[in-house]
Amino acid sequence: MIENRKYIVIGVFCLVGLVYLSRLFYLQILDDSYSLESSSNSIKRVIEIPYRGQIYDRNGKFMVYNTPVYDLYVTPQKVQIPDTAAFCHLLSLERTEFDSIMAAAKAHSYRKPSLFLRQLSKEDFARIQDALVDYRGFEHVTSSMRTYPAHTMANALGYVSEVSRKQLDEQETPYYRQGDYIGRSGLEEQYESVLRGQRGIKFVMQNVHGVVKGSWKDGAFDSLAIAGKNLHTGIDVEIQQYADTLMQNKVGSVVAIEPSTGQVLCMVSAPTYDPNLLSSRFFSKSYSKLAKNPYKPLINRPVMASYRPGSTFKLIQALVALQDGAVSPGSIFSHAGSPMKCHCNRSGRLNLSGAVQYSCNPYFYHVFRRLLYNNAERNTFKASAMGLHHWHDMVAKFGIGSRLGIDLPSELRGSLPDAELYDKLYGEKHWKFSTVYSLSIGEGELLISPLKMANVAAIIANRGWFYTPHIVSGIGEPGKGIDPKYLEKHDVGIDPRHFEIVAEGMQGAVEHGTTTLAAVIPGITMCGKTGTSQNKKGKDHSIFVAFAPRENPKIAIAVFVENAGWGGIAAASVASLVIEKYIKRRVDNHALDKKVKEANYLPAITPPKKPAPRKFVEPPKDSTAKPMIVKTVPAPPETHSLASRPVTTNGN
Amino acid sequence: MLYIACVLMGWLNVYAAVYSPETQTNLFDMSTEAGKQLMWIGTTVLLIIAILVINYRFWDTFAFVIYGITILLLLLVLVAGSNVNGSRSWFKLGAFSIQPAEFSKLGTALALARYIDYPNVNLTKLKDQLSCAGIIALPALLIIASNETGSMLVFASFIIMLYREGLPGIYPLIAIVIVALFILTLIVPKFILFGVILVLGLLVFFLTPRYQRSVQNVMIIGITAVSMIAIVAGVDFFVNSVLQKHQQNRIKVLVNPAADPLGVGWNVTQAKIAIGSGRLQGKGFLEGTQTKLDFVPAQSTDFIFCTIGEEHGFIGSAVVLIMFVFLLCRIVILAEKQRTRFARVYGYSVAGILFFHLMINIGMTIGLMPVIGIPLPFFSYGGSSLWSFSILLFIFLKLDSRRVGMFTR
Repeated sequence: MIENRKYIVIGVFCLVGLVYLSRLFYLQILDDSYSLESSSNSIKRVIEIPYRGQIYDRNGKFMVYNTPVYDLYVTPQKVQIPDTAAFCHLLSLERTEFDSIMAAAKAHSYRKPSLFLRQLSKEDFARIQDALVDYRGFEHVTSSMRTYPAHTMANALGYVSEVSRKQLDEQETPYYRQGDYIGRSGLEEQYESVLRGQRGIKFVMQNVHGVVKGSWKDGAFDSLAIAGKNLHTGIDVEIQQYADTLMQNKVGSVVAIEPSTGQVLCMVSAPTYDPNLLSSRFFSKSYSKLAKNPYKPLINRPVMASYRPGSTFKLIQALVALQDGAVSPGSIFSHAGSPMKCHCNRSGRLNLSGAVQYSCNPYFYHVFRRLLYNNAERNTFKASAMGLHHWHDMVAKFGIGSRLGIDLPSELRGSLPDAELYDKLYGEKHWKFSTVYSLSIGEGELLISPLKMANVAAIIANRGWFYTPHIVSGIGEPGKGIDPKYLEKHDVGIDPRHFEIVAEGMQGAVEHGTTTLAAVIPGITMCGKTGTSQNKKGKDHSIFVAFAPRENPKIAIAVFVENAGWGGIAAASVASLVIEKYIKRRVDNHALDKKVKEANYLPAITPPKKPAPRKFVEPPKDSTAKPMIVKTVPAPPETHSLASRPVTTNGN
Repeated sequence: MLYIACVLMGWLNVYAAVYSPETQTNLFDMSTEAGKQLMWIGTTVLLIIAILVINYRFWDTFAFVIYGITILLLLLVLVAGSNVNGSRSWFKLGAFSIQPAEFSKLGTALALARYIDYPNVNLTKLKDQLSCAGIIALPALLIIASNETGSMLVFASFIIMLYREGLPGIYPLIAIVIVALFILTLIVPKFILFGVILVLGLLVFFLTPRYQRSVQNVMIIGITAVSMIAIVAGVDFFVNSVLQKHQQNRIKVLVNPAADPLGVGWNVTQAKIAIGSGRLQGKGFLEGTQTKLDFVPAQSTDFIFCTIGEEHGFIGSAVVLIMFVFLLCRIVILAEKQRTRFARVYGYSVAGILFFHLMINIGMTIGLMPVIGIPLPFFSYGGSSLWSFSILLFIFLKLDSRRVGMFTR
């Protein structure tokens, strides 16, 4: 009987073996939480941030590059600060700031380093480096900061800042992490995926104390950081900076395009600011000041502001009417029958190019009338609707009323009215030419951005076609890798010979017409057209579009100067100087240069202290609002203090 | 038979050799620990040869002498030993340390075998039971004195042998009931246990046929119930007052591993992560991340099984486990075939000791046993344990070879 106990003993052995086996089976096969925990335990992903791509102008000059900066990290556990006041002074921190940063760092982790100060410049860091030895628990990490050596084109370039919580939550594939930088607005946003490069991921094994013990699986799963690609732009920094100086003390835009390529040569949005302001560690301070500024320097006016094109629109009207056959180059209309006033005093004596030259309003009243009624329909209401529909389609080919598709975010569509709009406004068959005639001279429901006007100039310069305007001319290397849509020629469907008629008028306008010789450049045949964008609340806006030289044009330009009064003189002066500078690489007309730079088209409402920098010169203007309804908002008190400090270094 | 066993052992030792370097997962002291272990294996082979050469009668004759020597060593270590991890249980010889407690198991096994081998010893008698208990208790107490509670618990394994040799089944039963009650108390609220015990007691009483309700039987039922309640009530006292702090924690962790995963539960949590992350096939030889990066403490000694589990997965750990169980059964079967009671008792002792180590060591890494610092036979790094297990086993094999020799003669 006792001998049988051996079976019990063996049974116990086997039972324990079985229990353990099943436990192992559970741990290793059924329950996969352990294997997950294992990786999070010992394998750490280390992210390597690649260098962000740099941005060059058309001559290879830097517009944006990366400057090494130093991020200061703090490990609360190790901190030893003998004299907090001296420490704060060293880093030019307020005591309260210091306390809140330290509190945040402690909340994050007591043992692990937290960000203390971001982006200390090389100079700042050199200054504090020696003194920092006395303070334990601080260490620095080299990183980089966007630097804008040309101090210009802030809005079109955009800026880089920490990714927002919303963006973090909304990203489709999780790429960004808290604290990462992301391009905001302008090219930085548009080309974010190109500029940022590809982040490298290194898997390292860390032991129980978090000390790195080498790469995991010899780096089999690591990926190297790939630096962001450089952007080559068609911008001419010299021209851009020169246009900046011309636009000081003004509100408005200068957009110049190389007609043969569609590349943007310069894009000034005035008032502007120094883009470096938004890349330093004072980002949030600077940004909130700029954002609170009622003059909205953060708005990129060339693409985000819309104006009534005024007389500049007559160029399109002339072309469309010629193509449609509604008028001929020799058509002559008198002032009679038109409700519009005219300054030309040449009633009944002007042909089409003459009417362009002298910007005869009644002439274009008749042109547009012919256009709308140039069909078989007898009923004027129906004929107007049909005509307008036809007109809309032809004008739309110039890119009016839709986004051109420039490589910038936040381009606005503007407005090109069609028959449906008036049907809605007045009711079907309740409107006709006499209702909408103000369109004939670029007033009414039209809204056009400066960029589009520059494109119109380029179309005329090219005699009928254009490339979609774009800033970036090469990704990685010059001329390579840009979106194919920028290499696609768009034809506006107008016979080239019609453009000569219009160009003739434009040349005349510059030399004998509406610009009063202000815009004449010796040795360069410039074709231009002035415009006045009516502004019921303040002085009218001055507009000028031009291209030069007339044969084989090198530059097409649109200049908008808000509140510069009737006629295109203010804008034409700016445009001619920019063109001269671009073609001759120098400006001979020093008198005009001086006059324009000194000109101060401040609107009636300005802060009591007139600021020297042009940044604060303008009343608030909603980018989407029509320029004529600019509100006269008194400047809030804080702008005074702002105004007293020159913030922009633009163009100096 | 001896041959097969030898092959098995050789296999095991090869395994030990193969595994030993891999346990030295820290890159920096790999050479030293692996080298030492290799040296231990070398000396073990010499010992094995010596054992196989020595006449089997040596062990029979000198059983008590060896026992005496180990007791002396245990006493000596209390005086002259060096302090390792709070236990005064090691002799330091240069770079190597020897733990007499490991060898006292051997001495005790031999002495017990020798004692029970006396023809008139009957384990159903209280006197002989007490004698055996004394033989076991003497080294056990000395080991407790040197603060090495884990090794002491191994002496409980002799109960398997004693049971086989006629110890009434009530003793292991009582032991099991006590352990079960102990664990239940930690898991289940006490008043429920009290209630259950009372109900059970009453049930037994009323289900007993009336004619069997002698005073004696009623007394037994009553005493059982009362002592169970006493145990339950005493658990708190035992845990909080008798046990040391780290021992309390180990028991608490066993009951509730999630209570403090970064503190006292660290060992067990990390050990489970390491084993669990091995999945079916493991991460591959030397590819273990948990064990290599020091997440698992004492990974080369007491938690060696984690390395197996992580790097070789379920397949590897199952093979090791099954091999051990097979070895245990093999020893028991061989022991049953012995002609002499001495050899049989000794064989059972060996099986019991190995089994106990196996159960506790693997059990603690997979969270089924409290953490008790005893090695996994043949696997864990450490000369003393390798030596003592090898000696234990090969003495038995030598005894067995004599049987085979007799048989063939």
